[in-house]
This record gives sequence, C-alpha cells and structure tokens, in this order.
Amino acid sequence: MTLREAVSGVRWYLREVSGESAYDHYVEHLRRDHPDQPVMSRSDFERRRMRMRDEKPKARCC
Amino acid sequence: MRTKSRTRSIIIWTAVALVGAVSWGVVALVRGEQISAAWLIAAAVGSYAIAYRFYARFIAKKVLGVDRKRATPAERLEDDVDFQPTDRRVLFGHHFAAIAGAGPLVGPVLAAQMGYLPGTIWIVVGVIFAGAVQDMVTLFFSMRRDGKSLGQMARDEIGPVGGAAALIAVFSIMIILLAVLALVVVNALAQSPWGMFSIAMTIPIAFFMGFYMRVLRPGRVLETTAIGVSLLLLAIAAGGWVQESGGSVADFFTMDATTIAWCLMGYGFLASVLPVWMLLAPRDYLSTFMKIGTIMLLAIGILVTLPVMENEPVTKFASSGEGPVFAGALFPFVFITIACGALSGFHSLIASGTTPKMIESEPQVRFIGYGAMLMESFVAVMAIIAASIIDPGLYYAMNAPAAVVGDSVQSASQAVNGLGFAITPGELQAAATAVEEETLVARTGGAPTLAIGMSQIFSSATGEGLRAFWYHFAIMFEALFILTTVDAGTRVGRFMLQDTLGNVWKPIGRVSWKPGLWATSAIVVGAWGYFLYVGVTDPLGGINQLFPLFGIANQLLAAVALTVCTTLLIKSGRLKWAWVTGIPLAWDVAVTLTASYQKVFSDNPKLGFFAQRDTFKEALDAGEVLPPAKDASQMQAIVTNTTVDGILAALFALLIIVVILDASRIWIKAIRARAPLPTTEIPPEPATIVAPAGLFWTEEDRAMLAEAEAAAANGGRSGDGREREEAGAGRSSP
Repeated sequence: MTLREAVSGVRWYLREVSGESAYDHYVEHLRRDHPDQPVMSRSDFERRRMRMRDEKPKARCC
Repeated sequence: MRTKSRTRSIIIWTAVALVGAVSWGVVALVRGEQISAAWLIAAAVGSYAIAYRFYARFIAKKVLGVDRKRATPAERLEDDVDFQPTDRRVLFGHHFAAIAGAGPLVGPVLAAQMGYLPGTIWIVVGVIFAGAVQDMVTLFFSMRRDGKSLGQMARDEIGPVGGAAALIAVFSIMIILLAVLALVVVNALAQSPWGMFSIAMTIPIAFFMGFYMRVLRPGRVLETTAIGVSLLLLAIAAGGWVQESGGSVADFFTMDATTIAWCLMGYGFLASVLPVWMLLAPRDYLSTFMKIGTIMLLAIGILVTLPVMENEPVTKFASSGEGPVFAGALFPFVFITIACGALSGFHSLIASGTTPKMIESEPQVRFIGYGAMLMESFVAVMAIIAASIIDPGLYYAMNAPAAVVGDSVQSASQAVNGLGFAITPGELQAAATAVEEETLVARTGGAPTLAIGMSQIFSSATGEGLRAFWYHFAIMFEALFILTTVDAGTRVGRFMLQDTLGNVWKPIGRVSWKPGLWATSAIVVGAWGYFLYVGVTDPLGGINQLFPLFGIANQLLAAVALTVCTTLLIKSGRLKWAWVTGIPLAWDVAVTLTASYQKVFSDNPKLGFFAQRDTFKEALDAGEVLPPAKDASQMQAIVTNTTVDGILAALFALLIIVVILDASRIWIKAIRARAPLPTTEIPPEPATIVAPAGLFWTEEDRAMLAEAEAAAANGGRSGDGREREEAGAGRSSP
C-alpha cells in the first residue's frame, strides 16, 4: 500500500465514521432509488439529522 | 493449493494457542517476582484471537445460522434515516464508540484490590463466553426483527410480565449508572482547579462547535472536531496556568464535592432540554475522538514502555472479603465490580436498536457484535494493568474511603500500614505534588487511580516534566466521556419516561411539548441526582456503597438479555444449542443473586446494607455516634442511605427472579411443543448486497461477489465503491 492510498483510506474512514459523508450517501440514495424526489440542501439535511437525534436519543454506554 | 493454505492455517493457530497458553502460565504461576505487563497483553490477545476464530465462528454458523443470502433490515428497508447499509468497519467504529465508556476503565481499577489475576482472568474468560456472546446474539436476534429493542423483544417473546420487568430493569440501571458515573467525575474534580477549569471549558467549546457546524459549515464534522480538540488541549494546558496563578480564578474553580454535584445536576438538566446540536452532538464528537485516541495512546504506551506489575497477583482481600475499596469476597464481588469489561448488560441496549438497523450482511454480526466486545475487554485489561503498575500503598491510600484513611497524609499512611501495605506520608505527598494535586488521599472512584497509572506510563515515554499534564489529560478524557454518557443517558431516560407516561396522558409523550420535556427531564435528573448527592455526602464513602449496586444492576440487565436470547434459541427449535447463552445466564444469575443476597441479608455490617442500618439505627436510638459518622445527622443519613440501598438490591434480585420464572414458563412450553414456537422473526428475503463477513475479503467472499455480478449485471451491489476496487484488484487478504 502506498502512502497515498493509506492517507485516502484513513480520510475515507474518518469521513464515514464521523458522519461527515452522510449527506453524500443521502444524495446517492435519492438519485438511485427515488430520482423523482427533490434533493435537500446540505444545511437542511444536517438540520433534519439533528432534529431526528433530538427526537430519538441514543444511549451511550457506561 | 487448498491443503497448503490449510496447513499454514493450522501452523499459525497452533502458534497463537501456544503463545496464549505460555503467557497464561507466566501470569498465573510466576510467584515472588514481578512480571511484565506484556504477559497479560499476550495472554489476552492470544485468547481473543482463538475465541474469535473458533468459538465466535461456531456460534455464528451453527447456533445462529447466519445467512449471507438473506437480506438484512438495512437492505430491505433502506431509508435515509435509520436503515442504512453501512460498511462493516464503519459500523464497528460506531458500535464500539457506543458501547465503550468509563465502565471498563473504572471497574477493573477497583477490582485490582483483589490482585490483578482474578480480574484479568474474568475480563478475558468472561468476555469470550458471556459478554461477547451476549452482544453478538442480541444483535443477531434484533437484526432478524428489524432492530427491535431489548424491551420489545422481552415483551413479544416472553410476555407482558417479563417485558415490564425488563423495562423497569432498564430504567433503574440507567439511574444508578448515571449517579455512579457522575460520582466518579465528582471525586476526580473535587478540590482540583486544574481539572475543574478544563472540564468547564468543554461547555463553551461545545457551544462554539455546535454553532460552527449549524451556521458556518453545516455537516463538516471533521474540521469542527479538529478545532474542538485543539481548543480542548489548550484548555488542559490553561488549567495548569490557572492553578499556578492561584488567584481568584483558581479559587472560583476550587470546588468541594457537593458543589460539583449540584453543578452536574444543573448541567444534566440543561443538556437534556437544549436541542442536541447545541451541546450534546458536538460534545459527543469530542468525547468519541478523545476516547478512541486515548485508548490507542494507552495501548501504544503500554507496549512501548512494558511496565512491570507492582500489585500482587492475588491479595488477601480476595478471600477475606475485608478489602477497603469495596466489601465482600472474590465470589461474587469481583464479577460484579468488573462488570462492563467482561459482561455488560447495557450493551444489549446498543446491540438491539441502532446497530442492527445498519448491518449490511448477516455474517457481520460476528465481527461487529463479538469483535467490538473483545476490543472493550482489551480496554479493561489495560485498565487493570494501569492500576496494578502503581505502588500498592498509593493505590490503597487513593481508593479506600475517607472513613478508612482519614483526610491527611499521616492518617492515610497509618491506615495503609494497618492494611498491610506501606507508604510514608512523604511519599504520599510527593505523589500528589508530582501531578500538581492538593492531595491523593481517598480519591475514590477509579478515575484518579487510572490517571496516575496512565501518567506514569506516558511520562516514562515522554519525560517526567509532562507527568502533571498527562494526569490531567487522563482526568479530562475520563470526565469528558462520562459527562457525555450522563447527558445522553439523561436524555434517553427522559425519553423513556415520556414514552411510558404518554400512554397515561398523551401530551407528556410529545417530544415537542416543552413543559412535559422539562418535567420529565427534572424527574430523571432528580432521580440520579438524589443518588449522586447521597454518594457524595455518604460518611461511609459513596463508591464503596453505590458501586456494588451499579454492578448488580448492570449484571441484572445482562441476565435479562441472556434470558431473551436463550428463550429465542429454545423457541426456534435450537434447544441443543441453548447452552451457548444458557451457561453464561446461569453464571450471571448465580453471581448477581449471591451478591444481592449478601448485600441484603449478610449480618456483617461492612457488607450487608440492613445489618449496617441496624448497627447505626441502634446506636442512634441510644444517642451514640459511631465512626465514621461525626454527628447525629450523619448517623441519620447512614440509616436512610442503607435503607434505600438495601431495598434497591432486593428489588434488583426480585426483577431477575420474575424475568427468569416468566421465561421458564415459555421454555417448558417450547420444549413440550416438539416443533418450533412462532416467534416474531421477519420472513427471509433474498439479499443483493454482497459484503465480506469479516474485516478482510476472503476467497469465499470474492466467489460470492463474482457469482452475484454474473447473475445480475446491474442488480448486485457490493459493500461500496472502495471495496469493489479492492476486491476486483485481487489484493490478497492476510
């Protein structure tokens, strides 16, 4: 594995695990499965994500 | 070709088994000389590897019958909210971040009073046969039911009584958990302006991050977290400057335990009623990053410095049950105390609910459920190492309650000598000065001890000058994620309460109705706040009294989860495999019921809550004051606390018995029925996603991918773009 591949792998992992890429997946999902629906802006998408976390809290363990 | 790789595999696994066995031999048998921590690490890792390769695989294939051709809920119900097929490595990260917390760090530190051997054995054996099994099996059954929660599964599969008992168990463990974790933070921050300043600064930092991500750069989590972590490190350094300045700012941040307890309650309430984007979400990013980062740092630190164990393998407290940190003998209390690192009932709440909705492919339950729990167990092993490399005299001076060691270095030194260990007042003072703390006497709760161990490891790698920084870094890291657990937990508790009360009176169930939100938040904070306050002011020492209750509650929840799993195995016609969860269940019930029994009925006032109550009540009635109480009001406090604690211990035992009895009714029915009973499993649908079962692509995975691609040129999807490239490029997997 070259250094470049390693860096891009780490970057990919961090983006996925932190949820930074959630919007990209949302856009991809909508384009693939519901091409007729309008795509939310990033700001709206992130707001909706936060609102959903508000409504359905997730536990953190001990 | 096949036989060649098979031979290679046999050679490798024989070598792993040998390394593990030799390491266990050294750990268990070497007496009279100090051993290196490397032996503990090798013994643990060797055992994990064997367990993951063979036992977890057996459970996945034979017992559960994972089926890679069966679509997971994430695939069938994909939406852009809950159900999202997620890369196994990413989901492993999410799952691990959700299950790992302060528990596996604190429990083993306290259990070190029995020596490092019993704790280490239980952390490793317990995770292999109980903890990781519980997590994986719960994850599997919840996945087969579209991500149902543990409470729902208990109600559907056992019945309304078992379901209700499970719900009460979940709520009460939540309250005790929050109180005990908050107590750990209080004990770590009391009278420490450095620690208090640093942790207080996390609130404005979180607000800043929240606004940054909301307004300036929506969704840019990584850059926001990078800024946050830099500010956090600055806050730790600044804490040192504040403390050294000694001015009015330092005075302001020098708080006694009771004040900090009130601040935490206020904070918990605030975090529960404010929108998540402001405080909770950014804090969660910070604490997750710090958690993973520090755990990795600790692993590297231990491997680089390879410290030697100062603690004894087995101390006399293991058999006498007279240990100052917590009362009771090795069985059952070492198992109750370690809790999270070996078997944690709380994990079943994570394994049912969020994670099962995101799994891409069924066989991955082994990597995510079993694998993540092995990692958590490894964290616990590191914690017991960190607690065992410090001088035992210092360990007892820090972890025995003030009732035993008093409040000066002289009294502590004397008390430690009385326990059979040695430390001079000068050495105790020097240890506190080295980390720039006022005192280390009776800093119970595990967090300060772990921080001392960590600072010893890190400073031996980076130089003595950074010891105080590392100590406060470790304190900050523990306090940060304990507080994240406290605010997330308060929210979840509030949500459960709203949900339950909403059945009685509709408006209170609505998340958006503010008065309902405030009222339920106040009830939840009030409940854990009560135990926190009691713990902080308890003359007998809050950790000493409350930690066993926390352990019992956690193991009770594990019993509920294992009962649900066992019931499902029996109902689905897998009686011959029921021992896989049945044996850990039987063990867990034995441990938990024995512990509750001793806590309720023991006539030793150090151990039994009611015996304690009677002793102090009689003295109080006779107008006497018994130490450690200083006056009649403290006597009264002890009487009240021991009554409440005793009733709780009895309630927990009762809940276990109710769940097991209700479930055994179903077991008998299922065994008599001769055919599988109906369960709520979702009927199978064919999968189109092809993803590897474990961390790496195997030959089998690639064959599946090729088959799927040939069968449907456009229908099949593999994990994601990256994976397809990797697999296509034919990179061989180690």
